[in-house]
Amino acid sequence: MSGRMGTTEGSEGAFIEVDGVEKVFDVRRRKGLLRRERHQVRAVDSISFTVARGEMVGYIGPNGAGKSTTIKMLTGILTPSGGRLRVAGIDPSRERTRLAHRIGVVFGQRTTLWWDLPLIDSYKLMHRMYRIPDARYRENLARLVELLDLGDLLEVPVRQLSLGQRMRGDIAAALLHDPEVLYLDEPTIGLDVVSKTRVREFLRQVNAERATTVLLTTHDLQDIEQVCSRVMVIDHGRLVYDGALAGLHEVGEGERTLVVDLEREFPPVEVPAPARVVRVDGPRQWVAFPASEPAAGLVTRIAERYPLVDLSVREPDIEAVIAQMYAERAGRAPTQSS
Amino acid sequence: MGSARLYLAVAARGFRRYASYRAATAAGVFTNTVFGLILVYTYLALWDERPDLGGYDQAQAVTYVWLGQCLFAALALQGGGVETELMERIRTGEIAVDLYRPADLQLWWLAGDLGRAAFQLLGRGVVPFLVGGLFFPTALPTRFDTWVWFAVALLLAALVSFGIRYLVALSVFWLLDGTGVSQVMMILGVFFSGMVLPLNVFPGGFGEVARALPWAAQLQVPADVLMGETAVAGAFAFQAMWAVLLLVAGRLVQSAATRRVVVQGG
Amino acid sequence: MLEGLRAYRMIAGMWVRSGMTYRVSFVVTLFGNLVMTGLDFVGILLMFSQVDELAGWSLPEVAFLYAASVTSFGLAHLASGSMQQLGSRIRDGSFDVLLVRPVPVLAQVGGDRFSLRRLGRLAQGGAVLGWALVAADIDWTVSKVLLVPLMVVSGAAIFVAVFVAGAAFQIYAQDAAEVQNAFTYGGTTMLQYPPAVFGKDLVRGVTFVLPLAFVNWVPAAHVLGRPYPLALPGWVAFASPLVAAGCCALAGLAWRTGLRSYRSVGS
Repeated sequence: MSGRMGTTEGSEGAFIEVDGVEKVFDVRRRKGLLRRERHQVRAVDSISFTVARGEMVGYIGPNGAGKSTTIKMLTGILTPSGGRLRVAGIDPSRERTRLAHRIGVVFGQRTTLWWDLPLIDSYKLMHRMYRIPDARYRENLARLVELLDLGDLLEVPVRQLSLGQRMRGDIAAALLHDPEVLYLDEPTIGLDVVSKTRVREFLRQVNAERATTVLLTTHDLQDIEQVCSRVMVIDHGRLVYDGALAGLHEVGEGERTLVVDLEREFPPVEVPAPARVVRVDGPRQWVAFPASEPAAGLVTRIAERYPLVDLSVREPDIEAVIAQMYAERAGRAPTQSS
Repeated sequence: MGSARLYLAVAARGFRRYASYRAATAAGVFTNTVFGLILVYTYLALWDERPDLGGYDQAQAVTYVWLGQCLFAALALQGGGVETELMERIRTGEIAVDLYRPADLQLWWLAGDLGRAAFQLLGRGVVPFLVGGLFFPTALPTRFDTWVWFAVALLLAALVSFGIRYLVALSVFWLLDGTGVSQVMMILGVFFSGMVLPLNVFPGGFGEVARALPWAAQLQVPADVLMGETAVAGAFAFQAMWAVLLLVAGRLVQSAATRRVVVQGG
Repeated sequence: MLEGLRAYRMIAGMWVRSGMTYRVSFVVTLFGNLVMTGLDFVGILLMFSQVDELAGWSLPEVAFLYAASVTSFGLAHLASGSMQQLGSRIRDGSFDVLLVRPVPVLAQVGGDRFSLRRLGRLAQGGAVLGWALVAADIDWTVSKVLLVPLMVVSGAAIFVAVFVAGAAFQIYAQDAAEVQNAFTYGGTTMLQYPPAVFGKDLVRGVTFVLPLAFVNWVPAAHVLGRPYPLALPGWVAFASPLVAAGCCALAGLAWRTGLRSYRSVGS
């Protein structure tokens, strides 16, 4: 893929600038038969951040926290109610079509591909719609097909692709025109483990090759762990955390679960605190341990003392981490004020 | 019978579901009223030219128009009932899940459709009918039993309507896309149910044929029952015959279609 | 504008090819459209099998109105008929996808689900128009000959404006999409019958408020040499293009306003 790094203009470090941006929705609710009550909902409440070119940022938060609203403002789909917003120096809602040439968007739940036509047809449309120069289109397509392993799928109608295949197809479609920033909304939702790994690997690769800025929303903590160097947490429309993922673990310690299958039934295995057995079901046992600690030590320890057949590690759900983070904050708040 | 309660619940759910589309209902009431206005004026001009056309007087013609608008959504004369959802489920293959449900496929969808029809009769049908009755001279019966017979005719009409649409929906098992058949059903439905012109105005042999088709059981027959223009027993027999024929055909096609699903592996 | 047309062609082309993948369905719908929209006209023929005149208009004259209305509507429906389904696009979130593409949204919405089977209605309207022009007793002049194509094209533009305004309305009220059927399908149905059939207030409404009368009633009154039920000056028969331009401008404005207040779905 040929980069456009040499042609960037006026990006003094900050590629995405968000300054005090808010989005207020008028909501009308029915009260009784005819009376309606109007009130305002602040979906995004004065958020500020900047993202430098080439950064990979995870954007997380509970459902309805304002994640998608932010992304939709960054892509120009929604007009902010207040504040200042620039992507590559462009005001998204004012110059949406101009910005579209410079951004790529992947909506996890809905495809941009043509359902009834072979995959390649959608790419040919992108070629013309984005006016991608022929040589660059061929070059980009070849590279994307290689990286995402799409070779055998190009002639297959999109409706016949599996979810994972379609997601890879969608990601390729979003990158054909050399966007400088790639937004992904839940890119791994519903995918199997192999597909997830593939998508994550690919994102790292694209970022390394072309310095594409990546902003992704997700529910899967592993997406963040394996792809992003920085994470932003939004809740109730406010940015409540912005920093490294390790920092987030400190703020809201989550627990991971090690599932071990032993040769036969045993009493709960002995493990060093704070790890502990939370469930036993025949030869299978569940061991909870802090998410910040590597699982390797625990695995070695169990393998030394018990006949281990199989094992797997369950990641904490991102919502669980955030929920715990709040629980801790709420617990701390009174002590701070007293 | 425990399963009767199940289908009753499905029907109630269908009713509630359509009742929750408030904006769509209001929009439908508006549209039906506008169409009623347009049709009433053309019928008035027509009956001005030929009073007693098709055996109706002017007031009966006007009543016929507003009855058509009243029943348009409830009987899904141009489609738009539960069959759209059924077609989508067949197209996407989700229908395979339905086959595992501990309920009869045809009865399940029939119950849902009757619930929908009940809501659309009340929510969408009544207002245009009242508007018509308020601003134009109509011919409504004063006898209570006529209204009871009318209600029976409506129920039979709903069964015939479902019978037609269920068959159309099942065709998607073979066609894979329902756009075409839906469209043919829509146009045939509007014309042969008598939405354009009452079927008793259709002349000669063409009229005979049109009045014998299943669509006649939906609007023309209930209208004639309401306005006392037909023998009630004969009307019910005609409607019941089509209802049985269509529902049995639906059942046969359904078993052929589900065999197909099993062969394809769901 | 050019950019919009180019985008429209691309999107429409993709949908045409998509439609061709279901061949049986395509053939059925094309045939269905061709023959079945004719049933509308059969309805009018049936009326005239019982009467000689409707509000003083003969069958060829009513056929002329019918054909002008259906042809204009058919053109508009071919070009922008899918705008009726914008509400479902908004509800399922796929409208967002159109907004992140580098081409005008209105062009994409217009070309959305484009289908050649809509040619059926147009062909049927054109055939009736041809017959009516021959069968009706018209005192042809050069201006009348010019007025007929002008009427059809302007009428189509007026209906396109109605479709666009309807699409803008759906941005606010996706669930109330059916309201626009009253103006699109209701409009084309009403215009098939002589204006004298309808109440004066209704005629005033569609002449001065929502000027559908300029699709065919007003110009047709001139072509057929019949008095228009409202006292209008003679030059008005040629005003359809101006009315159409005005409608399109207003609809465009409504669309822009609607798009700016688009709220998307979900969080």
